[in-house]
Amino acid sequence: MQQEVVLALLAKEPSQGYQLRARLDEALGPLGEGLNAGHIYVTLGRLEKTGMVALEEPPQGRTQLADRKIYHLTPAGQERVFQWLSEVSWPRPDLAEFHLKLIAAAQAGLADPVSIVDAQRREMLRRLRDAQRAAMEEPDHSDAALLLEGVVLRLQADLRWLEACERNWIGRRERP
Amino acid sequence: MTSMRPVLRASGLCKTFGSGAALVRAVDGVELDVAPGETVAIMGPSGCGKSTLLHLLGGLERPSAGEIDLAGDPVNGISERALAHLRRTAIGFVFQGFYLMDELTAIENVELPGLLAGNSPIAARTRARELLEQVGLADRTGFLPSALSGGQRQRVAIARALINQPMIVLADEPTGNLDSSATVGVLRLFESLHESGQTLVIVTHEQRVAATADRLISMRDGAFVDETRMTGGSRGDLGKLIGLGGE
Repeated sequence: MQQEVVLALLAKEPSQGYQLRARLDEALGPLGEGLNAGHIYVTLGRLEKTGMVALEEPPQGRTQLADRKIYHLTPAGQERVFQWLSEVSWPRPDLAEFHLKLIAAAQAGLADPVSIVDAQRREMLRRLRDAQRAAMEEPDHSDAALLLEGVVLRLQADLRWLEACERNWIGRRERP
Repeated sequence: MTSMRPVLRASGLCKTFGSGAALVRAVDGVELDVAPGETVAIMGPSGCGKSTLLHLLGGLERPSAGEIDLAGDPVNGISERALAHLRRTAIGFVFQGFYLMDELTAIENVELPGLLAGNSPIAARTRARELLEQVGLADRTGFLPSALSGGQRQRVAIARALINQPMIVLADEPTGNLDSSATVGVLRLFESLHESGQTLVIVTHEQRVAATADRLISMRDGAFVDETRMTGGSRGDLGKLIGLGGE
C-alpha cells in the first residue's frame, strides 16, 4: 500500500498507529485482512524520516511506547496529501487506492470526493474513446480488435464502479 | 469553433413540474451552445433531467423559463403549428424505443417524415433508399420492424431521423435497448454521421456512447456540473492498462 494512503488517513487528526489501522480496517473490510499488521508502523517510521510526519511531544518526564506514539502531518506531508488527492491514477487505476483517497479526502474535509470522481472519470472516458476508436478502425476479425475489446470492457467496468462511487458520495453529502 | 454561430443555443433553461413543496426542478438553469458539426453527449444518472432537457431542446415540451435558439432563431414564442413544422424539418429524433410504425416497412418508416414535410413520393423514396444503404440496411428495405433485430430497428430509426436533412439530431439513450454488438453498429453510424458534419446531441448513461462525443457534459439534479472536451490521449498508454509496456 502506498505511503500516501497512510499520510492521507492522518490528515483527519493527529493519531496513533492503531487508530490509522482501525480507519483502514473500516474502509477495506474483509479486503484489508491480508495486510500486514506492522505495515502502518513501518510506513509511519519511513514517513517520519522523510519529514512528512512528526511525533507529538510526549507528556513531560515520560518516554513514549512505540505503539503509543501520536503522529501528525508536517507542512510537507500536508502538501503531499493535497498533491496526491488531485492526481488522477493512470495507466492502471488502483481500486483500493482510489477508494481510500475518497474516504481520506472526506474524513479530513480536504476535498469533495465527488469532484475527485469526476476528474478520474474524465480521464477514463478519454481512454475509452481512444480504445473504442482504435477498435472501430480495426478490420473485422482482427486479432488486435479482440484485445482492444478487452481494454474497452475493463474501462467500462471501472467507469461503472465510478458511477457507484458517485452515487454513494452524493448520497452521503445529502445525508451527513 | 467558438466563432461559428451555434446550431442550437439554450440559456437559462428551466422546466419545473408540480408546485409548492412538491415542486420538482427537472431542468434547472441549463446553458448550452452546440456548434455546427459538434457531437455533444449529456450524461447523468436516471432522473437527473437529461431526457426532459432533450425534449425541451427538440420542442417536444415547452420550458418553464429560458430561451432556445435554433440556428439563431428563437423557438420560444412560436406557435404550436410552427413548432411542429420545425420538429419535422429541422430536428431529427432518435429514441431508446425506436418508435417505428409496426405496420410499415423499413423504407416506408424512413420516408414518412419526408412525405409529411411535403416532398414528392419519388424524392422521399429515393432519399429513404439512400439512407437505408448508408446505415447498412440496403437489403432490408421491405422488411417490417418485427422482422428486424433491435440494432437494425434503431438504424432504421436513425435513417428516418435524417430524411429531412435536419440541422441537428437529438438522440435519447439510443443504445439503451441494444446488446453490445448492436451498440457498436450504432456507434459506428454516429461516427460516420459526425464525420459527414452532422450536428448531434446524445443523452445517455452508456459510457461507450458518451466516449464518442467531442464534448461530454455531466448532469445532476437538473443542472450541468461538469464538462469535458474529449481530446484524444495517447494510444500507447492503453497497453499499460492490460500489462503491456510501462515499468
